[in-house]
Amino acid sequence: MQLNVNGTAYEVDVEPDMPLLWVLRDELGITGPKYGCGVAFCGACTVWVDGMVVRSCSYPASAAEDAQITTIEGIGNPDALHAVQAAWVEEQVAQCGYCQSGQIMTAAAFLQENNNPSDTEIDDAMSANLCRCGTYPKIRAAIKRAATSLRGE
Amino acid sequence: MGIVSKITRRTLLVGSMAVAGGVAFGIYAYKSPQDNPLLDDLTEGEAALTPYVMITAAGVTLITPRADKGQGAYSVQAALIAEELDVDLDQVSVDPGPPSAVYYNTALANEALPFSPSDQSNIANAARAVADAAMKFIGMQITGGSTTVADGFTKLRAAGAIARETLKAAAAQESGHDASQMRTERGMVILPNGERISYARLAPTAAKMRLPENVGLRDPSSWRLIGKSMQRVDIVAKSTGTQTYGIDLRFDDMLHATVRRNPANGGAMASYDASAAEGMRGVEKIVELPGGVGVIADNTWRAFQAANAVEIEWGDPPFPAEMDAHWATLSRSFTAENLNSRPLDAGNVEAVLSDETIELEYRAPYLAHAPLEPVSAVVQVGDSRIDIWTGTQVPRFIQANVADLTGLKPEDIHVHVQMMGGSFGHRLEDDYVLHAVRLAMEVPGRPVKMTYSREEDMAHDYLRQIAMARVRGTARNGQVHAFDLSIAMPSVSESQMGRQGLSLGETDPIIVTGAGDQPYSIPNYRVTGYKAPQLAPLSSWRSVGASTNAFFHESFLDELIHAAGADPLEERLRLLNDATARGVLEAVGDMSNWGTPMERGRGRGVAFARSFGTPVAEVVEVTDTGNGIRIDKVYVAADVGRVVDPVNFDNMMKGGVIFGLGHAMNCEITFANGRIEQENFYAFEGMKLYQCPDIEVRALENGPAVTGIGEPPVPPAAPALANAIYAATRQRLREMPFSKFVTFV
Repeated sequence: MQLNVNGTAYEVDVEPDMPLLWVLRDELGITGPKYGCGVAFCGACTVWVDGMVVRSCSYPASAAEDAQITTIEGIGNPDALHAVQAAWVEEQVAQCGYCQSGQIMTAAAFLQENNNPSDTEIDDAMSANLCRCGTYPKIRAAIKRAATSLRGE
Repeated sequence: MGIVSKITRRTLLVGSMAVAGGVAFGIYAYKSPQDNPLLDDLTEGEAALTPYVMITAAGVTLITPRADKGQGAYSVQAALIAEELDVDLDQVSVDPGPPSAVYYNTALANEALPFSPSDQSNIANAARAVADAAMKFIGMQITGGSTTVADGFTKLRAAGAIARETLKAAAAQESGHDASQMRTERGMVILPNGERISYARLAPTAAKMRLPENVGLRDPSSWRLIGKSMQRVDIVAKSTGTQTYGIDLRFDDMLHATVRRNPANGGAMASYDASAAEGMRGVEKIVELPGGVGVIADNTWRAFQAANAVEIEWGDPPFPAEMDAHWATLSRSFTAENLNSRPLDAGNVEAVLSDETIELEYRAPYLAHAPLEPVSAVVQVGDSRIDIWTGTQVPRFIQANVADLTGLKPEDIHVHVQMMGGSFGHRLEDDYVLHAVRLAMEVPGRPVKMTYSREEDMAHDYLRQIAMARVRGTARNGQVHAFDLSIAMPSVSESQMGRQGLSLGETDPIIVTGAGDQPYSIPNYRVTGYKAPQLAPLSSWRSVGASTNAFFHESFLDELIHAAGADPLEERLRLLNDATARGVLEAVGDMSNWGTPMERGRGRGVAFARSFGTPVAEVVEVTDTGNGIRIDKVYVAADVGRVVDPVNFDNMMKGGVIFGLGHAMNCEITFANGRIEQENFYAFEGMKLYQCPDIEVRALENGPAVTGIGEPPVPPAAPALANAIYAATRQRLREMPFSKFVTFV
């Protein structure tokens, strides 16, 4: 099947039910999305499929055929940070950092919809992403910083 | 079998005084070439000035041998070297270095002993000297015990200073100028005439020079880095998905693998039938392992699928199959025969508590470490060497154990330590690496990446100890008068060190740490540890003994203070006999406006614990909303003597509080039919973002020694929460997780 990831088309020969995560990681070498739980609970594997937030560990690759898949590598890089990534750097959110690809992809999609969120809206949007190190206070702060930046303030 | 393997199989009697004295591993003495493992790989013109500073034409690499599992260890170690070396973190590379005896952990040796950090008696100091020698002897290059900064604070600065002075001496030899007239700055030696020579250019000359033995360290007033907020060396990579963790590694021609073992950790496999799995797409090989099978395939998911398709009959669990039996074992362990230590016995508890007493039971469950990155290892087996890439806290154990397994020499086992997606003590084990090696031996020459599924990782976690406490006490004249705490748990050291063929002796200080070593003066004060028989296999879980014992101690102290009709913070301040400890408690009192009235349905709780030498106090504020308990706010203060990086300190404090609260709220590991019932995060949630309180942090620097911060914020969190819930609801929680008794919103 053909998959479009971060603007590049790839031809892959995989079972239709292989989760998108494992196609990205093991077949294409795109390792920003992480394996955490395998059951769509922790959110470390979060990517966008046609702009929609999905848990790639539980999303069959065949469902993403013909769609535009975006991983954390596709929204910015160390030399050209996305506003949300820049906020994550400024606030020094990461400890182990393993959940942060998923946190950032969830936050970036959320802020695209709502660039002036209330505290409750931030809590609602981000509470399905697990962090074992306890970076939640810094995630909240980084989202507020990114929102300010996205509003051009 | 190599020397390391032989030594690690020995029992180390560190309690014995026989070999005390003669411990001479000066931090300034890096004299003989065998002390420096970096020299092996150098080529002409490159220098390894101490085992911590490597300079090549490409630039300066700082060796940071304590592994980074998220606690910022690489940055903090690099900053300590860079402070004296006069380089900045944006111009150096950071590398964990090879496994080597020279990177042994002095501070961990101290922590393993049954003496409090402030105990400077001859016996305590002699025992520390012996343990230090033992650690050096076997070269325990271990990351753990919140020791990275405590161990490295002087050692790493000295390494930087020695390297700097050597570079100046090299510049003196080349230029003819006097070294004492030179300055150093941003990786350059600056000559008296203003000419600048880069460290890289001086490396060939410096490599041939004798290192100075005594170099003074700079006064704190002149520090450029220590105490200032730094940008972590890994922060950009970790914010862009470009940080490579062990699980992300890729090599040409690499195979993917997984294992499936008896869900009762340590149980055998009676029989298996792999015929269905063998025919599945992508499967290269199915391999029998101790207690299970491994699958080698061309993709991790295919390996997972095939592992699940193997039909297996499991052997019986090597511990009681049902949870009730675990608790019953603890319940039966409060006997004279099981008495393991009594570190505190002031006044006359027996006489005072003969009649009017409160007698209660407390419980703390098994817990999993469950870092978000499951364990993995890439292994390549060559003709005469094995390369292993993995996130680990114990590279030297891996080296010794893989040598034992394969018959190769330890120096032929090359362990490349990787960045870790969390650990909390999980990666102090190396059984997963041995499984990966067994699999890679089936396909010599090809790199094999073995990854545990989340379910395999949860089922084979070496758990936080289960523990039970029995408490008695009484108040008199508005004060706590008698406090008698008895704790029973299986020995964590015996379980964990036993798997490495080591023993630290019969007495396990972990059974009483966090309770029997606290700086309170209570007129009648006794803490007793009882060693229960081994049950499920155990390991160090962030803050180890203190994670259960501070809950028992600080909750019951709170009960007695309430029974006395005293104020929980004021009475603790009265009872604390240590100024540094009182300082952190006064700080949270000040931060939280302790004593000011709260609305109905709200409550404040306080707790204190000193662990790993660091005193920490926490105040938790909660509201009983009617729909459940909401944690509104936490105030936390700690005294580490000296904060190396305020940003990292803040992150560790908040993270430690959240870790402690989250597990106390809703986490436990239980057994049914010999299996862990919690298979994945949906049954082991911890705190979620919406539940996270605002956390206010204060750092104090009054303590006499530089101590760690990775673990100490954890122990006071659970009792502070329980005490706050009591203040708000008058419901006393004596068992974790609290979600068995209250709802959290």
